[in-house]
Amino acid sequence: MRKVYSKITSIVGNVITVKASDVAYEELAEVKTSWGTSLAQVIKLEGDVVSLQVFSGSRGISTDDEVRFLGQPMRVAFSQNLLGRIFDGSGQPRDKGPALTDNLIEITGPAVNPSKRIIPERMIRTNIPMIDVFNSLVVSQKLPIFSVSGEPYNELLARIALQAEVDMIVLGGVGLKYDQYMYFKNTLESSGALNRSIFFVHTAADPIVEGLMVPDLCLAVAQEFALGGKEVLVLLTDMTNFADALKEIAITMEQVPSNRGYPGDLYSQLARRYEKAVDFEGAGSITVLAVTTMPGDDVTHPVPDNTGYITEGQFYLRAGRIEPFGSLSRLKQQVNDKTRQDHRAIMDGMIQLYAQYKETGEKKAMGFRMSDWDRKLLKYGEIFESEMMDLSVNISLEKALDKGWKILAECFQPQETSFRSELIEKFWPKSF
Amino acid sequence: MITVVFSGNIIQNEVGYVISKEHRLMAEVIRINSNIAYMQVFEDTKGVKVDDTVEFSNQMLSVQLGPGLLGQVFDGLQNPLPVLAKKHGFFLPKGAQEGAINMKTKWHFSPLLDPQNQTVRKGMPMGYVQEGIFKHKLMVPFTFDGDYNLEKIADEGDYPADQTIAWLKNSRGQTFELSMVFSWPIKVPIQIYKQKFLPQEPLTTKIRLIDTFFPVQKGGTYCIPGPFGAGKTVLQQLTSRYAEVDIVIIAACGERAGEVVETIRKFPEIKDPKTGRSLLERTIIICNTSSMPVAARDASVYTAATIGEYYRQMGLDVLLLADSTSRWAQAMREVSGRLEEIPGEEAYPAYLESRIAEFYERSGVIEAIDGEKGSLTIGGTVSPAGGNFDEPVTQSTLKVVGAFHGLSRDRANARRFPSIDPLDSWSRYQGFIDQEQLERAKKVLHKGNEVNQMMKVVGEEGTSMEDFVVYLKAEFLDSVYLQQNGFDPIDASTSLKRQQYVFNKVCRVLDFDFSFDQKPHARQSFYQIRQIFIDWNYKEFESQEFKTQESRIDNFLNEFNKPEQLKINK
Repeated sequence: MRKVYSKITSIVGNVITVKASDVAYEELAEVKTSWGTSLAQVIKLEGDVVSLQVFSGSRGISTDDEVRFLGQPMRVAFSQNLLGRIFDGSGQPRDKGPALTDNLIEITGPAVNPSKRIIPERMIRTNIPMIDVFNSLVVSQKLPIFSVSGEPYNELLARIALQAEVDMIVLGGVGLKYDQYMYFKNTLESSGALNRSIFFVHTAADPIVEGLMVPDLCLAVAQEFALGGKEVLVLLTDMTNFADALKEIAITMEQVPSNRGYPGDLYSQLARRYEKAVDFEGAGSITVLAVTTMPGDDVTHPVPDNTGYITEGQFYLRAGRIEPFGSLSRLKQQVNDKTRQDHRAIMDGMIQLYAQYKETGEKKAMGFRMSDWDRKLLKYGEIFESEMMDLSVNISLEKALDKGWKILAECFQPQETSFRSELIEKFWPKSF
Repeated sequence: MITVVFSGNIIQNEVGYVISKEHRLMAEVIRINSNIAYMQVFEDTKGVKVDDTVEFSNQMLSVQLGPGLLGQVFDGLQNPLPVLAKKHGFFLPKGAQEGAINMKTKWHFSPLLDPQNQTVRKGMPMGYVQEGIFKHKLMVPFTFDGDYNLEKIADEGDYPADQTIAWLKNSRGQTFELSMVFSWPIKVPIQIYKQKFLPQEPLTTKIRLIDTFFPVQKGGTYCIPGPFGAGKTVLQQLTSRYAEVDIVIIAACGERAGEVVETIRKFPEIKDPKTGRSLLERTIIICNTSSMPVAARDASVYTAATIGEYYRQMGLDVLLLADSTSRWAQAMREVSGRLEEIPGEEAYPAYLESRIAEFYERSGVIEAIDGEKGSLTIGGTVSPAGGNFDEPVTQSTLKVVGAFHGLSRDRANARRFPSIDPLDSWSRYQGFIDQEQLERAKKVLHKGNEVNQMMKVVGEEGTSMEDFVVYLKAEFLDSVYLQQNGFDPIDASTSLKRQQYVFNKVCRVLDFDFSFDQKPHARQSFYQIRQIFIDWNYKEFESQEFKTQESRIDNFLNEFNKPEQLKINK
């Protein structure tokens, strides 16, 4: 039996301090209050003064409440029984199922040895042309979806969850609104995908510290499944809430803030989570898609900015469409030479022309006379937006490529595009 | 960050080990205050308790220098990652350490000195072993100050790296036994040379935009700042592959693990065009990726620089690519924050600038003790927050480097790669292209950009034909010369000879006096010539196809102003 301490010396924000000895860094403790029992984690040791971050918040904690150290860091149960279940940010069941306590694993394990990683080379098809053709998703990739509040990012995540070719889904919600949580649950349930999914959901109503645990819980569980040979897709929404929780704790702990109040180690904190994405040689893989809302549509805000430097590309979601500019899958080059000969050419060529369309659009808006070329571009841009970019388009990669050539041929002469001559000979539709 | 109460003496930057249960966690002293030492732990501190013991090593943070470093993949503290992988599997367990140099490998040693009571000093080569394609000189350790007498040297033969190969005696009669390996503290630059020169020879990266427009020289420094997604890492990778140097050291500092993996897995298969050997044999990778402990990230750039200086000492040309120096600066910031130092701009420590300057100053061309010339070139990427170059790391770096290759998000968005901004970037180094010719080309770019800006306001119809042609010429230069397809086996690397040749041809188009009566006609013509040029870029230099394609360009230009050709055929 571990020692129980019952003299809390200070309570600041969600952090309490007690005097205790023989306590390890990042060890867990239980705080028993008149409102119930909450978990807490050691975040600082200074002589015999131990600072603990209380998961359910410090509200209602009395200075003589009991703190019992558990002698171990945060752990989560891992078994096949997790599938189809829904948990909260401290790993307790949120559905009506039983709590799981067997086969506990630590939630922040060591980093993967870079020399054991392999070059990602398998594409994950989603049947969304803006992803498959222009920015292919690749096994073991980590990609954020940059978006402003109000965009249908959760709808996009749900659609990817349903259509992506993976073995299982781990969904982590940080600060999720209750209706969005229900939306995910219902969508996956009605399509029968729930039994290959695991949810760790922290809703906006739950204590903020619990949200901090969600990514770690998801990734620890995903990692175990991946080591067991499963192809796992981890969906996180929304990582900006996670970063805000970090900020709150850092400020409580009186750390020097670096940029807009965020702690200086924001990059490392985010990277530690995202870098869990991996393809284990001879076993399974983890692919991470995470929503990052950009406050004020500002990509230079510290959260999207640091995220962009960590992840292997990003999708911008604007006006209900995945923007071709800025959106980037850094790993696409690993896979898009193995799909079809014209994949890369279509990918680059169509975007270059779309960029010119945008410029022409600006000129038109300013009232300039449109040349023949401008008119061609305008026609092209409109068709491209409605037949390729629209999120409702649901076709395979090959069909999307064919469609690309068709759109080009509808609008241009072959030499007006900058395609290599041999591709034009092979793929340019002859009937135009 | 831990604080330790100690007795006896300790050294600033001394290494100690925290004994936490079964783990030994490496840590470095970063501040001493009476009998309290502040130490930065290079590992995850989960599970560390108050009252745990710390063992001091009496040594500053050092790396092992000797044969067998080439082709290796190390972490920031010089632990060979493949060895750790063999021992521990997929993950990097806490406190795992391995020697950097495999002491079992035998090297064929040839002495360079006779043991005839010869006087030696630090840095003097005593013998050599063949490491891959290089003569790896075994030098008197750099820590040996003063004159020593060479008592005995091993005969030619095969020895493991830790066997004694030379016996030295100092003036007080102490004898020292030297093996092929010695250590050197990473934060101290190796300054053992007769003299240091100004960089003079060009360093060929085979990237047209760099070699022709913003060249780098051997022994020089350059930086690549850019927002995320602008292609910094791809640019570094291409450089590490094609640059004409002897040795490339890649310091992957706090960046994605996936990027290093590509190098680790692909380099063994790629042949170095110069030597015909695998590229990995000339490469050393120091990788401390973003998920690995932050404190070791700070060490990784110094580890890379020290190894670079060591090979330079042998008369080799070394290129150090650091990706990204911002992560290193951030690691400094984290440490500084924990020490509760007064923060400077954006919470970076006040000494940020001097640390960056110190690091880049480790580059240079030197004449070693034995008269051989070696160079260390440093190229660092910078990842400015929000892509805004007005931030402390970019600004401090710009002050000390010789060339600035600024990447632009707009160019990257428009898929114009490499996305080095041709208008903003600069280089203080002299390139191989005729200066006057280069200025003409740059002028076209600037003028073309001006016209383009103006056209956005006054429209195409408000632009004179003369200006419009300049604009088209600038666009042409951009698409056929500045842009380069890094994924095409031929276009990815352009030799200096080819650059000179093609650039002359491009200039012929730029100087050509086109006359058009209508803008669509002008646009069409430029699209045509652009197409011919792009196809030309994909042909092997001086091959038959190359010549055929070239004659198409010449024909196009020769026939251009003939009246019957004015009508563009569809």
